[in-house]
Amino acid sequence: MAASALAEMEQLCSAAAERTGGRINIMEVCGTHTMAIAASGMRRLFPKELRMLSGPGCPVCVTSQGDIDLVLALAAVPGIIIATFGDMLKVKGSNGLDLNALRAEGADVRVVYSPLDAVELAASEASREVVFIGVGFETTAPVVAAALARAKKRGLKNFSVTAFFKLVPPALDLLLSDPTNRISGFMLPGHVSAIIGLAPYRFVAEKYKVPCAVTGFEPLDILTGINMLLKQIVAGKPEVQDEYFRAVPEGGNPAAVKLMGEVFVTSDASWRAIGTLKKSGMALSPAYASFDAVKRFKLKRSDAPEPRGCLCGKILLGKALPPDCPMFGKACTPSSAVGPCMVSSEGACAAWFKYGN
Amino acid sequence: MCVAVPGKIKAIKAGNAEVDFSGVTRSVSLDLVPAARKNDYVLVHAGFAIQVLDPADAKETLELFKEIYKNEKR
Repeated sequence: MAASALAEMEQLCSAAAERTGGRINIMEVCGTHTMAIAASGMRRLFPKELRMLSGPGCPVCVTSQGDIDLVLALAAVPGIIIATFGDMLKVKGSNGLDLNALRAEGADVRVVYSPLDAVELAASEASREVVFIGVGFETTAPVVAAALARAKKRGLKNFSVTAFFKLVPPALDLLLSDPTNRISGFMLPGHVSAIIGLAPYRFVAEKYKVPCAVTGFEPLDILTGINMLLKQIVAGKPEVQDEYFRAVPEGGNPAAVKLMGEVFVTSDASWRAIGTLKKSGMALSPAYASFDAVKRFKLKRSDAPEPRGCLCGKILLGKALPPDCPMFGKACTPSSAVGPCMVSSEGACAAWFKYGN
Repeated sequence: MCVAVPGKIKAIKAGNAEVDFSGVTRSVSLDLVPAARKNDYVLVHAGFAIQVLDPADAKETLELFKEIYKNEKR
């Protein structure tokens, strides 16, 4: 089936390229898509006009240097237990250290599969403070919200989180509001959309006239999603289509959205390469303010700069590809990463390095 | 990070489900999909089911793929 999809893509690309002026830039906004595309090797089979860009969709990559420094400052608080997803272990702070290095020096850093594991840890270690490192998009935020609701119900006083959550639609708005952007279509994140549904993306098609397709993660899903976008470009009729309808109902998951609304409030958030973006993140609501780790340990966010020479910021904005960076594969590799796009296993640079495309 | 894996609910007890992921069973919270029932397929992210999958929609996707790519020779 894949061969037919690629043959169809070839034809569609020729027609679409006439409308876009030669090059077709499709941006995915999800680290899981980045990995699925790289792992399948499909990029080298794509028509020459088609270029896939990795947008700001990898949570570790978009977390600002200031927020990373806050995580490391928390890990250095004596007696504290840090519970985190494994993705965060190798991200370096502006002092060159990461959670792994702090763990080697004696910090208590534990990798958990679920924020519920962190809640259980707090319940079993009642004399110690447990901090869950919350980063991610609308897929992960409701999961952390549910864990916080359970912690509150159980009256846990020694549990807190960093609420560094980000929203996908405001990032799309920012990318498109840049008049120099050359984005021809968005492959929208399947699992973020399983929560928020289709409505929050409608402005992309209506205001900016850019095609959108919520897409699944199997190779055939991705090929079909790209062809949906190409058909929209050819027809000149941008809309929000749902290729992944087996998991993404139009209305998303209302129970999850409701819980997020109870635990979090929309807030300004600090993004790598972008800076502070208004109403683009989620902070704890007044009812859950006592679970804020940054406030509990009285830490202050720094305005630390990004690593020197690192092109991660431009890559996240679709203005560069990993091999454009002079450090890529030389000074910056997965075992000795400079920037977060190489640190995170689902970062654009790590995927490009690992699969060689 | 937004990886989610489908599995089938084998049993439900006090808001938690035993979910079978092709032979591996794990406890999964149903806090975010309170309507999920035994034998439903759910999409699981970080210990929580985040959506109930409709087998009819999954079948329709497969049929759609077949329809779109029906001229496939191999």
